[in-house]
Amino acid sequence: MDAAAKLRPRRANVLGSTSTFSATLPLLVLLLVGLGFPLFGGGYWGVIATRACVYWVLVSGLNLVVGFAGQIAIGWVALLTLGAYTTSVLAAGNVTPAFPPYLALAIAATVGAVFGLIIGLPALRLRTFYFAITTLGFATIVTQVALAWQSVTGGGVGVPGPIFPEPFSSQWGFYYFCFGLAAICTWMTANLAASRFGRALTAIRDAEVAAEASGISKPALLVPVFLFSGAVAAAAGGLFASLQSYITPDAFTLDLSVLFFIAILIGGRGSILGPLLGTILLTVLPELAAPLVAWSTFLYAVLLLVIVLAIPGGIAELLDFKNRRPLASGRAIIPQPNLIKQLFDEPREAGTLTIERLAMNFGGVKAIDDLDLEIRRGQVHGLIGPNGSGKTTILNVISGYYAQQHGAVRLNGTALQILARRQRARMRIARTFQTPRIVGSASVLQNVMIGGTVDGKGTFVESLLSLPRHRRDEDILHATAMLALATVGLDRLAQVRANRLQHSELRFTEIARALMLRPAFLLLDEPAAGLTTEEIERLGALLLAIAQVGTGVLVVEHHPDLIFDICHHVTVLNLGRLLAAGTPAEIRSHREVVNAYLGG
Amino acid sequence: MIESIVSTGVAIGCIYALIGITYNVMFSASRVFSFTAGTLGMLGGVLGALFIAQMGVPLIAGFLLVLAAGAVFGIVTEIVAVRPVLKSLDQHLYVLSTLALALMVQQFTAIEWGTESRPFPRLFDIARSDFDQEFWLPMLACAAVIIGLELLYRFTLVGRAFLAISEDNYAARALGLPERGLRMASFALAGMIGALAGFAGGEMLLAFFGNAPILTFYGFVPVALGGMGNNRGAVVAGLLLGLFQQAANFLVGGIFASVAVFTVFIIVLLARPEGLAGASLQRRV
Repeated sequence: MDAAAKLRPRRANVLGSTSTFSATLPLLVLLLVGLGFPLFGGGYWGVIATRACVYWVLVSGLNLVVGFAGQIAIGWVALLTLGAYTTSVLAAGNVTPAFPPYLALAIAATVGAVFGLIIGLPALRLRTFYFAITTLGFATIVTQVALAWQSVTGGGVGVPGPIFPEPFSSQWGFYYFCFGLAAICTWMTANLAASRFGRALTAIRDAEVAAEASGISKPALLVPVFLFSGAVAAAAGGLFASLQSYITPDAFTLDLSVLFFIAILIGGRGSILGPLLGTILLTVLPELAAPLVAWSTFLYAVLLLVIVLAIPGGIAELLDFKNRRPLASGRAIIPQPNLIKQLFDEPREAGTLTIERLAMNFGGVKAIDDLDLEIRRGQVHGLIGPNGSGKTTILNVISGYYAQQHGAVRLNGTALQILARRQRARMRIARTFQTPRIVGSASVLQNVMIGGTVDGKGTFVESLLSLPRHRRDEDILHATAMLALATVGLDRLAQVRANRLQHSELRFTEIARALMLRPAFLLLDEPAAGLTTEEIERLGALLLAIAQVGTGVLVVEHHPDLIFDICHHVTVLNLGRLLAAGTPAEIRSHREVVNAYLGG
Repeated sequence: MIESIVSTGVAIGCIYALIGITYNVMFSASRVFSFTAGTLGMLGGVLGALFIAQMGVPLIAGFLLVLAAGAVFGIVTEIVAVRPVLKSLDQHLYVLSTLALALMVQQFTAIEWGTESRPFPRLFDIARSDFDQEFWLPMLACAAVIIGLELLYRFTLVGRAFLAISEDNYAARALGLPERGLRMASFALAGMIGALAGFAGGEMLLAFFGNAPILTFYGFVPVALGGMGNNRGAVVAGLLLGLFQQAANFLVGGIFASVAVFTVFIIVLLARPEGLAGASLQRRV
């Protein structure tokens, strides 16, 4: 890591910039305002402020589900209800012996975690609208159960909320209790957002295919997120019950769910500060004018529509001043192939990726027909052929997106499991895509860091609490990503939001992301498409350098120049079959190839 | 007791099936599931009570007004919440935009109409019986819609154009079909079906703003179980859902009837995300 250390490691933070100060400043200001609030806020505003804190405890967790993972969970009020009733009933002791309020709150959080997982699990299999409806259904049902289960919940009459003992029993005492929890939740979710888990969540949201190719497992990632989100939501419920002092099912309307959900979208997806401001805004807004109370949910809905149609980025994008400065025009991508040796600093063994008698059809169409292929480490292997000759199909079979009917793909002799695309990253098989798959709202650097997700050592909890192993992971990932970006020539754009980049820059970003795996085999799907002649030349030099450090590079391409300049070996396909194979010189003079494909 | 379970169950099932068809008609034309489906059902009940009971409009005229209102809301949905996001790169925006619109209408109703459920007028002045109009009206409406849609799709040019659009949007446009016009017509049609569901079921469900989320959820269950875009599947699944819900209501009581429905829904969906009818999944392109 000597070389990496030269590029000063600095962790990305809440807003994804490396300038820690400017990003955490708003949060620090909010912290000070919150701490000093009792000095200038009186009576009723104290209740509002406490309510905002309670809501934020829930929203901070929901934000990971909605804002980061992109799951449309609209019924999260169900968990608030669950937590409120669990805490109240346990603390009141009308069913069980009375529990101390703090213990009751902790139990509620545990119950909430379990139910968060139960509500969330369908997200692993169901698509957006189905999941949204499922959470909505859960919310209606929890309220119905609360109404009907009179012996426990008191039915429509309700139950008294818990009272937390000294020093948190007074109004301001309770405020500080809630504020403290809110601050802790902010800190934890901000830590997570800036970790490999936070980035992986956004990858699942915006570029699921690329996430899989980077070895990110959706279930493994979403399970802890739902546990956490459910726990804090139920804890918020316990606080909510105490704040209300008496709860009935009427207190938990769908309106609250809408508030939580919309606060996140107004704030902006993939941000912590935005949804925090959104929560404060939506809590305070109805208090500014009496008529607004009745119309508040209507207004939230209008806001939601406006946000969706007009500013999908939300407050966070409005506040992202850094990314509104115009980028330099006519910027060139100058890769530094010499840096590749620093990136691949460990000794690397030889090896082959072989394809044996591969056959794959889509319905009646034979996309690949009995094909053999061998890719050696340290060489650039070109795969060319007319459209529909099966080039991309081969790449998709190797990387586990398609299941072949016959034949096998072997890595150093061991057959690769069919469709196990997430395993490919651990086997150091990396790929790029014909159309770049990028998280547009994240910075270029964050996008590249996604590529190294599997190399993190710390756990989810370690990231939440920013423990040493998490920080070490982040430092290493950051340094490696900067090195990878410098290698492909994009280090100056590291902090820029990826959706502002040009097409060619996105292609190089994908290569940098793939390099994060320090791949044994790198599969590139038309990397030169849309590039200028100069850029293609630089790409060629870069790919050669990548091969020289012991990587097997497979290039699917249409540009004959690139193929013939850099490849050690070229395979020509036609209609899924081998038309010719050999060195570039042999292929160039191969009569059939010239007739069928290259032209005379 | 069995008769009561069956008549209530089938009647409720018909309402769910009609809301399911509302989802499907909108989905076929746009590949969009709209949260406004349940809102339409709620509006059918509330507007029916408003026009007929409160304003004293004659039955037929009131009924037609309700259908017209449903059609208008359908078209508004298409213009405001669907068309602007169809071309968007983020394919899930429609969930949010239709949710926003549904919430706006629901809240507006809560404020202007009130949050209490109000009675829906008895449409025909005949004596109550075991098999009352509150049960057979939804069944009649459901049968009428199924037959009507079948005739429309089979025998009219517009109906075939609907089918063409839902089969292959691009090919239909390439053939010169007015995609936008057909989509608006579909949403108007869906609006009428949704409003009809609420109107026919008004005597059972009453005129209540809170019916919107309930119908949105229970109306989607037949779609999910019957396979999306599959009207026959929706009817079968809707009837099963209604019967199951009533039976559970009778057997385990109100608390756990809805829990039972929800559990079955989740389990079936997790086991067969493409629905029991098994229509193949299509990605929205």
